[in-house]
Amino acid sequence: MSILVDKDTKVIVQGLTGKTGTFHTEQALAYFGTKMVAGVHPKKGGETWSSGLDSAAELPIFASVKEAKEATGANASVVYVPPAGAAAAIIEAIDAEIPFIVCITEGIPVADMVKVKARLDNSNSRLLGPNCPGVLTPEECKIGIMPGSIFKKGNVGIVSRSGTLTYEAVFQTSQEGLGQTTAVGIGGDPVKGTEFIDMLDLFLDDPETESIIMIGEIGGSAEEEAAEWLKEQAAKGRKKPMVGFIAGRTAPPGRTMGHAGAVISGGKGGADDKIAAMEDAGIRVSPSPAKLGKTLVALLEELKQGA
Amino acid sequence: MNIHEYQAKAVLKEYGAPVAEGVAIFSADEAKAAADKLPGPLWVVKSQIHAGGRGKGKFKELGPDAKGGVRLAFSKDEVESHANEMLGNTLVTAQTGDAGKVVNRLYIEDGADIDRELYLSLLVDRTCGQVAFVASTEGGMDIEEVAHATPEKILTLPINPLEGVTEEKAAALCDTLKLEGEAREDGMKLFPILYKAFVEKDMALLEINPLIVMENGRLRVLDAKVSFDGNALFRHEDIVALRDKTEEDEKEIEASKHDLAYVALDGNIGCMVNGAGLAMATMDIIKLYGAEPANFLDVGGGATKEKVTSAFKIITSDPNVQGILVNIFGGIMRCDVIAEGVLAAVKEVGLQVPLVVRLEGTNVELGKKIINESGMNVIPADDLDDAAQKIVAAVKEVA
Repeated sequence: MSILVDKDTKVIVQGLTGKTGTFHTEQALAYFGTKMVAGVHPKKGGETWSSGLDSAAELPIFASVKEAKEATGANASVVYVPPAGAAAAIIEAIDAEIPFIVCITEGIPVADMVKVKARLDNSNSRLLGPNCPGVLTPEECKIGIMPGSIFKKGNVGIVSRSGTLTYEAVFQTSQEGLGQTTAVGIGGDPVKGTEFIDMLDLFLDDPETESIIMIGEIGGSAEEEAAEWLKEQAAKGRKKPMVGFIAGRTAPPGRTMGHAGAVISGGKGGADDKIAAMEDAGIRVSPSPAKLGKTLVALLEELKQGA
Repeated sequence: MNIHEYQAKAVLKEYGAPVAEGVAIFSADEAKAAADKLPGPLWVVKSQIHAGGRGKGKFKELGPDAKGGVRLAFSKDEVESHANEMLGNTLVTAQTGDAGKVVNRLYIEDGADIDRELYLSLLVDRTCGQVAFVASTEGGMDIEEVAHATPEKILTLPINPLEGVTEEKAAALCDTLKLEGEAREDGMKLFPILYKAFVEKDMALLEINPLIVMENGRLRVLDAKVSFDGNALFRHEDIVALRDKTEEDEKEIEASKHDLAYVALDGNIGCMVNGAGLAMATMDIIKLYGAEPANFLDVGGGATKEKVTSAFKIITSDPNVQGILVNIFGGIMRCDVIAEGVLAAVKEVGLQVPLVVRLEGTNVELGKKIINESGMNVIPADDLDDAAQKIVAAVKEVA
C-alpha cells in the first residue's frame, strides 16, 4: 500500500503546455506509466499535447478542469501554472471538486495562498504544496518533480518541508535497502495546503509503512505541533519508529533562507526548540542530514534487539 | 523587501491612517527648509535605515556621550545641528551588527505629546493561514521581551479573509489596547484601514511600535516598519520604486538579479547548493564539523549554466571565502549543467581556494566526467558527509 497516490491515480495537468509542465509530464509518463490523462488550458481546449520523447505520447487538452475531470475521470491534478495565475488554477481545481491537488509552483504571493486556504476549508479537496516537489509512490505513480531513479519500493514513509532534503532521505533509505512506501514534499511556503500532521496520520494508518522519516526546517511551529500530536497518538497506541531532521540550525534570526517560510522571527521557529519537541515525542533526530538512513537503520536494529 | 519609515508612513497615509506631518531630507542643507514646513515647537529628527533600535543606537564617529539615532529638537537651529551631526555617519544599533549602517536619509517630523505607547502589528499567521493583528498595551518596547515576560499582555487576532475586520474584531482590539473616547473612535477606523493596506499592498509585516495615544486623546502612528512579500512585487510597481539598494548587501543584489537566493554570512566556507532545505542543511553540516559557512546560496531548481556561473562568481567575490563546497542533488537540476557552469566560472575568474564538489542525482555520471576531465583542481566527494569533512579539512590546512 501507499498513501495519497497509487497505480490507479488519474492525473490532469494544469500548465501542461509550458516548458516545465511538458518536461515533468514526460518524466511522469516514463515513470512506470503514471496515469497522466489530460491537460488544461483555457485557450487551447480541443488541442492535443504531444510528448517529445520516443514514446510520442499524446494527451487531450481541455479548456477547464471541470471538463477534463468529466471526460477522463481524473481524481488528481498537478499545477505548474506560473506564480501570478497559480492560485486561480488551484481554486478552479477546488471548484471542480478534484480530490487531490498538487501545486509545484514556487513564488506564489502569500496573500493569494491566504485566499486559497479559505476556499479549501469546507471543500472536498486536499492540496499539497505549493512550492513543493510533489509525491511519489515507487513503481506506481509520480506527481511532481522528484527524480524517480533514486526510489526503491519498500517500507519507509517520508515527509519533508524541503524538496532536495526529501531526495536525500529517499536516496539514503534506498542505499540502506529499506526503500519507501511513499515520499511526500509538503513545501516550504508559510501558507500551504497540507501540514505534517495530515501526512503523519496517513502514514500511521498505512499498514505497509513500517517507519517514518520527517524532515523539517526553521520557521513556524508546524514541527512542534506535529510532535505534540504524535505524543497524543502514541498515548492511544498509534506509533511507528521515526527519524527526524531539522534544517537551519546555523541560520541567523531574521534572515529568510530561500523558502518564504524559512525564517526565525520573533524569537520563534528556531531549530533547537523543534529538535527538543521532536525528541520529546520519541523521534530519533539525526544530527546530520547525511545520516538519515543510517540513523533509521540503527534505530530499527535497537528496537529489534529490545524486542 | 523593506522600506524606510518615512516611505511606510506615506503608504499608510494614502489609506487614511493618522501619521504626523514630516519631510524626508538627504542633506543637511535641507534641514531648515524641512523644519519650516512643520508647525513646531517640537521636531523629531529620525535616522532612516533598515534596522530597528535607532533611538538607543550610537553613532560610530561620535563619542559615546553623543545622542542616538532619533533626536528631539526644540528649535529649527537644533534640527539643523542634529542633521549635520547625523547625516553621513554610521549608526550602530542592536539590529545592525557591529558594522552599523551609514545614515543617508533623515526624516524630520512634527513632535507629539505622548500619553500612552501601544504596540500593533499585522502579519500572516501561518498556523491558521490568515492575516493576524498582534496588539499589546506594552508599546515602545521590544515585543519579543513582552512576549517572553508577560505573554498575557499580547493579543493575536486572526482575520477571516472572507469577512475582513468586523466591528466585533475591531472592538476586541480596542479593548486590548484600552482605547476609550476619541482614541476608541480612531481605533475603530484605523484597524480596517491597516488591514486593507496590508492585503492590497501584499505586505509581509506591518509593525507600528509605538502606536500612541496623544495627550489630546487621539491616536497616532508614531513609528512604522513595513516589509513586502517579495513574491508579490510583480504587481506593485509603486512599491518596487521605493527600494533603497544602499541598504542591501551588494552580493545579495547581484544574486537577486540572477534569481538566486543568497544570504551573506560570517564564515569562510562558500556554499553552492540546490534547494533551500539542502542549502541550510549544508550550512549545518559544515558547522557540525567545526567550521562556519560564508553564505547561504540556493541556485534553485531550474538553474542554467549561466546561473551557476554567476553563483560561483558571487561566492568567489567574497574575500572571506577560503574554500568552496558545491553540493548538488539533481532532481530537475542536471549534474552536467552544474559541472559546466562551475567549469565556465573557474575559467573566467580562476580558482584560488580549495573546491569540493559533491554531485548526486540526474546525470551524475556525466557531471563527474566533466569535472574529472577538466583538469581543474577539484576535490571530489562521494556524499554529503564526505563533502563536508573534506572542505573543512582543506580550509583548515590552508589556514
